[in-house]
Amino acid sequence: MSAVSDQPKSGFTLGMLVNDTRYRGYTFQFIAFFAIIFFFGWMIWNAVQNLAALGQDISFGFLGGQAGYDINQKLIPFTSTDTHFRAAIVGVLNTLLVAFLGCITATIIGVLVGILRLSNNWIVAKLMSVYVEVFRNVPLLIWILIIFSIMSNALPAPSAFRGESPEARMVLDSIALTNRGIYVPRPLWLEGSAIVVGVFLLSLIAIYALRRYAIHLLFTQGRTLPVLPLSIGLLIVPTVLAYFLMGSPVGLEYPALKGFNFQGGIQVYGSLIGLWVALSLYTGAFIAESVRGGIQAVSRGQTEAAESLGLRPRRIMSLVVLPQALRIIIPPLISQYLNLTKNSSLAAAVGYMDITGTLGGITLNQTGRSFEAVLLLMAFYLVISLCIAGVMNIYNATVKLKER
Amino acid sequence: MISKFALGAAAVASFYASGALANTLDDVKARGQLNCGISTGLVGFATQDANGDWEGFDVAICRAVAAAIFGDPTAVQFSPVTNKVRFEVLNSGEIDMLSRNTTWTYSRDVDLKLEFGGVNYYDGQGFLVPKALDVTSAGQLDGATVCIQSGTTTELNLADFFRINGISYEPVPITTAAEATQQYLAGACDVYTTDASGLAATRASFADPSAHIILPEIISKEPLGPLARHGDNEWGDVIRWTLNALIAAEELGVTSTNAEELSAGTDNPEVNRLLGSEGDLGAMLGLSPDWAKNAILAGGNYAEIFDTYIGPETPIGLARGLNAQWTDGGLLYAPPFR
Amino acid sequence: MSDTQAEAALSFVRHEPLPPAPPPMAYRGPVHRVRHNLFSSVGNSIMTIAALYAIYLLVSAIVPWVVNGVWDASSIRDCRAQLDGKIGGCFAVIAERWPQLVFGNYPKAQYGRAMLAFVLLFAALAPLLFIELPRKLLWFTGVFPFIGYWLIWGGTIWVPILALVGIVVGYLVFVRLERQSFFGALMAGLLAMALFWGLLVGPIASGLASLVPLRLEPVQSREIGGFMINFILGTTCMALSLPIGIALALGRQSDLPIIKAICVMFIEFIRGVPLITLLFVASVMLAYFLPPGTNFDLILRVIIMITLFASAYMAEAIRGGLAALPKGQYEAGSSLGLDYWQSMRLIILPQALKISIPSIVNIAIGLFKDTTLVSIISMFDVLGMIGGPILSSTDWFGVYWELYAFAGLMFFVFCFGISKYSQYLERKLNTAHR
Repeated sequence: MSAVSDQPKSGFTLGMLVNDTRYRGYTFQFIAFFAIIFFFGWMIWNAVQNLAALGQDISFGFLGGQAGYDINQKLIPFTSTDTHFRAAIVGVLNTLLVAFLGCITATIIGVLVGILRLSNNWIVAKLMSVYVEVFRNVPLLIWILIIFSIMSNALPAPSAFRGESPEARMVLDSIALTNRGIYVPRPLWLEGSAIVVGVFLLSLIAIYALRRYAIHLLFTQGRTLPVLPLSIGLLIVPTVLAYFLMGSPVGLEYPALKGFNFQGGIQVYGSLIGLWVALSLYTGAFIAESVRGGIQAVSRGQTEAAESLGLRPRRIMSLVVLPQALRIIIPPLISQYLNLTKNSSLAAAVGYMDITGTLGGITLNQTGRSFEAVLLLMAFYLVISLCIAGVMNIYNATVKLKER
Repeated sequence: MISKFALGAAAVASFYASGALANTLDDVKARGQLNCGISTGLVGFATQDANGDWEGFDVAICRAVAAAIFGDPTAVQFSPVTNKVRFEVLNSGEIDMLSRNTTWTYSRDVDLKLEFGGVNYYDGQGFLVPKALDVTSAGQLDGATVCIQSGTTTELNLADFFRINGISYEPVPITTAAEATQQYLAGACDVYTTDASGLAATRASFADPSAHIILPEIISKEPLGPLARHGDNEWGDVIRWTLNALIAAEELGVTSTNAEELSAGTDNPEVNRLLGSEGDLGAMLGLSPDWAKNAILAGGNYAEIFDTYIGPETPIGLARGLNAQWTDGGLLYAPPFR
Repeated sequence: MSDTQAEAALSFVRHEPLPPAPPPMAYRGPVHRVRHNLFSSVGNSIMTIAALYAIYLLVSAIVPWVVNGVWDASSIRDCRAQLDGKIGGCFAVIAERWPQLVFGNYPKAQYGRAMLAFVLLFAALAPLLFIELPRKLLWFTGVFPFIGYWLIWGGTIWVPILALVGIVVGYLVFVRLERQSFFGALMAGLLAMALFWGLLVGPIASGLASLVPLRLEPVQSREIGGFMINFILGTTCMALSLPIGIALALGRQSDLPIIKAICVMFIEFIRGVPLITLLFVASVMLAYFLPPGTNFDLILRVIIMITLFASAYMAEAIRGGLAALPKGQYEAGSSLGLDYWQSMRLIILPQALKISIPSIVNIAIGLFKDTTLVSIISMFDVLGMIGGPILSSTDWFGVYWELYAFAGLMFFVFCFGISKYSQYLERKLNTAHR
């Protein structure tokens, strides 16, 4: 009697691998997994065969060899007798340097321009839109070339500072703006300077504490403190006191024109400035668009509410609109930072020795190890990007609107 | 929808066997044209006219080789390559030979597995400075900022020179000659360094060439020459002896105007062997008997090529110097054709 | 009563309102607008003056350069002689070399073909860009890639036609099997297409070509250059990356852990490295990964790498669109009994793609600009053309600004056009929502 036909099929048949939605997923994944493995295996097998046929091998030994070239812009000591590895490290640091500087200035430019684009001032708003459109719609490579060239033509050569009546003068007799870079005085740390620096750091901490306290006071008792004057006082007075008490332990070494170039002081190289300016202006235009979009996305009611509370426009922007807009702005902002870092690989166009210029440029050309050099290059950028992306994910998680 | 376009393109685009390891000469003959790698643009050595035709000193070598093989100097496909990819492109078989002001060095010959077919231009790295600097010798360049056209052996030579002489400098490596020149003219560097031939060409392009001088020091040996892949000696011979034929032709007085006439037979047995009216030198190379005549007819002998593209009558105005025949005190010395 | 009468007698009250008086002089007219907008406060005034000064600087630097420009000269030396010390551009180089800037080394006699392909490209894009146009035109869009390929590369017409036939074959297989499983049918269709291309196109095309030799002068890839290559790379890679991007985005959202992992790894890897390193791979490394003896066009290798690059970004844009869809849409699909592929195709993707249009357009602009990087690996796109052959020619060595300004201007015109169009599209879609 019992209906045999109703018995659920507990048996597993091969057809279910394709037809049963429960198992089909596994089949697809299995196929995809092995297809990928097979594909990579095939490529590696080809590479092994090709290299063997050419009598070449994959070896990173070249990194230990003597580089033989000099680098002007370096954060750690480097001479032509150092290894290719050290040259690569110099390049890594240079990449990080220009990326770091670029991100800061691009943010400043982007936020300013983004706000100014919404300004009531017609001329300023139009000028800002022109800037944004012009920079966004022309390739970065062209911008880098043009800006670098403008800089080297607009700024005076060091020789212009020479002679009885020089064509160019140093700013405040201490800063030289030349087309080879900017020379600024270098602080000389004499004995006791550590104490001055320590006092300075302590006063920074004190300012931070003061601000926290002022906010606390405002929220609990409704009193306000004159934070700005107090902060400025804290910033200057203790450090200046310590400076004179210790007998002026910090001196300045001024740049001076000697021979072909300015000597002494700190030189910020023209190639760094050119790349930095170009990357900042280019990325700044994109950031400006995100900022504008973010501000416009904050509902009009928020502004009106703030207005009806009697806040002044600047306060509305800084206390009501921007904090809300930030949540929308930050994710594209960080992906712009990522883009800027990757775009810094165009440094070679202006002779800035970043990682693409050292490892992927001269080292690659000298040793002919293109395979290894390109692999290392990609690995480096990948690590940087993953780090930035990781920070971004953490941030996103913290600012996410906690709804429901 | 357009996506399907490139899939179609992928399927039909030229998948051809390169035969990187096979007999290159046979491949070239089968293909009907020579694939020659040249510079992406170097004044006097490889430039493109408004019609898109390549011309120049390095280009002429390619044309001569094509003429030696096919009797037709236009049977060449030029691949402009940068110095970053040039050896890869050659090794991958994309091009058959490279004629791209490449310095013959030990490591390139031995480690990178390349075969140099001789020297077509003896160059050396020099310095270009503005006259206003009052510098007469490279030893006075202490502390100078030096613009380098980067990516070649230039940086190494420069670093060595300054280290040996114990003087300091600021290197500014720039990828292209145009940018480097721009920087130099703007005064962003005191000195511009690259091969002396490049310096002469650069100086010639200035609004006022007389305001700049090339310092007497030549700090490196840069024997530039055409090259091929390692391991195919027959093909290497074709390149080597085409170049030698051009050099020998100058020495023997064979020019593009009289080669036809001389090939009928002369009293000089070496000329006869060269032009194919005596002996079977062509057959030994796997080419036709009149291979050398064709190579010479393509653009002239060495002297004619030199004078057309980089000689004193051109805006570049290079003197023969080291590149004169050995009989004139230069280094050009073609082995005998016998 | 008497009150009312008194009121009537003293008809003091107006019956109609006064016409509004014009605002005082200080608050109207251009003067007011200027004062209110530009000089409303000290800070605002400073900004206005600074902006005006910046404009003055720019104009005074650029105008004389353009106005004094020399358009007719045979070389830079000639230019300098004509300018005679004045500031001015030597635009003669553009006048003489513009064909190279636009077409690279494309054979002169065949320029018409390239132009025709360019015009047809716009005809093919039109139905995608303007929704008002009849949908029938999409057929042309579908066929255009083959026409465009044939026009630009030349050779026999049978190859592109058979390639098209291959797609039709694949589509027929797909339709035949679609009932059973969308994904399986898709795979089978692609397989059929690949088999047709791999095994049949070559022999049939050569057979037909010998019978009916309909052919154009073939053009080598390496002869293509200038803006043309930027265009080809831009449009091809964009179009190719869209389907790959969709697949990757779906894969990343998928419940299948291995598929998801593969997609995430691919996307993050590509997005983590600069395009230039991928181009290095295309120019020096890709050859190593292919079977010994095979070798294909640099342009094709570059198309592959740029497409991979763009599709990772595309995937992220589409993922954004997918994430922005309310969950209800997914649930609605499931409750209708649609399977995964059906609900994706019929419900989710059309909406998600619409949401992602602005980001997709931004990627397109970025991609078009990034095609200039191929100049670094010795391809003669417009920048490669400038930095290579043109600036190193004996006649023009020493020209600089004019050419880069020209290239920048060309890019600006196209990219600005695309971005304006995307804003128009955004507005249009916005109103459609409300």
